[in-house]
Amino acid sequence: MVTVSFKLNGRPVAAVAGPVESLRDLLREKLQVHAVKAGCGQGGCGSCTVLLNGEPIVSCLTPAVVADGQEVTTLEGIGTPAKLHPLQEAFYDNFAAQCGYCTSGMITVAKALLDRNPHPAREEIVEALSGNVCRCTGYVPIIAAIQAAAAKMDGRG
Amino acid sequence: MKPLGIVGQSVKRRDGIGHVTGQTQYVDDVSYPNMLWLKMVRSPVARGQIRKLDVSKAEAYPGVAAVVTWKDVPNNWYTILCLIGVEPNDEPVLAHEEVMWQGEPLCAIVAETEEIAREAMGLVELEIEEQAPVLDVFEAIKPGAPLIKKWGTNTFTYENGAPMRRVRFGDVDKGFAEADYIIEGTYRITPYEHVPLETQTCVVKPEPDGRLTIHTNTQALYFTMDNTAIILQVPSNRLHMIGGTVGGGFGGKVDVVIEPVTTIAAMKTGRPVKWRWTRTEEFQVSSTSGAWHMEYKDGVMKDGRIVARKVRSLHDAGAYHRHSPYGVTKHSANLPGPYYIPNVWVDAYCVYTNRQPASALRGFGVTPASYAVEVQMDKIARTLGMDPWEIRFVNAYRNGQMRAIRKEVQDATLIETLQAAAKLVGHPLAEKFLAMHSNDWKGAQP
Repeated sequence: MVTVSFKLNGRPVAAVAGPVESLRDLLREKLQVHAVKAGCGQGGCGSCTVLLNGEPIVSCLTPAVVADGQEVTTLEGIGTPAKLHPLQEAFYDNFAAQCGYCTSGMITVAKALLDRNPHPAREEIVEALSGNVCRCTGYVPIIAAIQAAAAKMDGRG
Repeated sequence: MKPLGIVGQSVKRRDGIGHVTGQTQYVDDVSYPNMLWLKMVRSPVARGQIRKLDVSKAEAYPGVAAVVTWKDVPNNWYTILCLIGVEPNDEPVLAHEEVMWQGEPLCAIVAETEEIAREAMGLVELEIEEQAPVLDVFEAIKPGAPLIKKWGTNTFTYENGAPMRRVRFGDVDKGFAEADYIIEGTYRITPYEHVPLETQTCVVKPEPDGRLTIHTNTQALYFTMDNTAIILQVPSNRLHMIGGTVGGGFGGKVDVVIEPVTTIAAMKTGRPVKWRWTRTEEFQVSSTSGAWHMEYKDGVMKDGRIVARKVRSLHDAGAYHRHSPYGVTKHSANLPGPYYIPNVWVDAYCVYTNRQPASALRGFGVTPASYAVEVQMDKIARTLGMDPWEIRFVNAYRNGQMRAIRKEVQDATLIETLQAAAKLVGHPLAEKFLAMHSNDWKGAQP
């Protein structure tokens, strides 16, 4: 067992992790961060995506200890019901969240994309989403939502 | 006239803000203090006799709270569609005499953590005397095939002892004799998996008053409650079922395969229990759609009218009924498609094999029929040298006509849909097809 300390959505946190515990399970089970979803546990679906120092990672395949001393951002840190991020507004407005299970990962990946590339071409959005599986909404409204958010933000990050 | 308030408007999802902020609660987001995790030990072989199932070492493993076996299941022999009169029961909740498919549940390890439960799975001592499995519908219906069902055939028995679902309408032999062409086609669909992003999950908390709070991502809450009550032999008012947002279902979450065992585990231990399937279980164990094999024979006139249709269809239900006997009935009703055919003969078989059970999936039984019907329609058009659009207008059913299953057609829209679709893609239609509509049938057959 080891204590892992890191910044979670801008606030310092600490939790005790087992040697093989994933960052996903630490976030979900010990820190009650439920926007991070368990989809496959194999790095194949992107439902558990979080940002580690701004870069998207699949938290199910990331040992919790990797987060020690780092900055972790989840969907909760991107926006809240009271203060939606433009990406969240665009997903809501464009019906880009049917069952909602992939949505957290989709928005988190899109946030990282727009942070480094505020005006992505459609192909760049598709490439950024290539590790995220959606099974009911369909990718077309998701891509449209990201395009709409990029246009609305117009480079404001 | 008052303007419509909702039709034509874009209405926002009620749960949309929850979805985009990660605040929507799914079953896996429910946890309780002192909660145990459940893992299922499954059959490694497709067919065999269980000679030994010893769970004592697993029970003694540190961190294991209980092992649930068939002895803990009050009513271990069931079928979920008993609620609509499907019989006989054919499936154990937890097997103990024989196994019928690779992945069949045998016993559940209930432990302090998922990791401990996984470790203890390897301590269950299991001996199965393997038997040759039946893995193909054609093998299953051959005379002399190993009989895998207790009632002595490998097919579901429909009304009057028939080994198939029959549809009989008109006189197909007369229709074939009159026809200018006989056009045949065989169509097949493989099984496929729903792959919901959220795997099947159940959390059960025993309450001090004897009730059980059951969080489940079933697609059919009351259906699941009734079946769980039957399996547990308790009044349904003891089961407080809480459904909610389902992270993808597509028919894959209606088989009542997680709630009874999780509930029994909570009753046996007196503690909250969570069972969350792995992605591997979702692929290898959850029911899939079934394979279908459809053989069509159509009698067709030179002007394109289909005057007779005979279909033999075989459905691979896998090891158990689940929803398949009902799916085959739906399927059989749709084999003529949205077309008026005066002479129809259907034999649709629900066949059992030692495969992963099949069950509902999007348009259960109807999708394979539609696929076969429309490919067959194109084949007829090609054979006759007709426009594939026209062959559909010629045969489209109209309001007031009788379908083979003796249901009068109501609210037909095929003609109007074809006209609108042709316009959208810029396909020119002859004046006589543009003049047609679904209410133009005057009583004489077209």
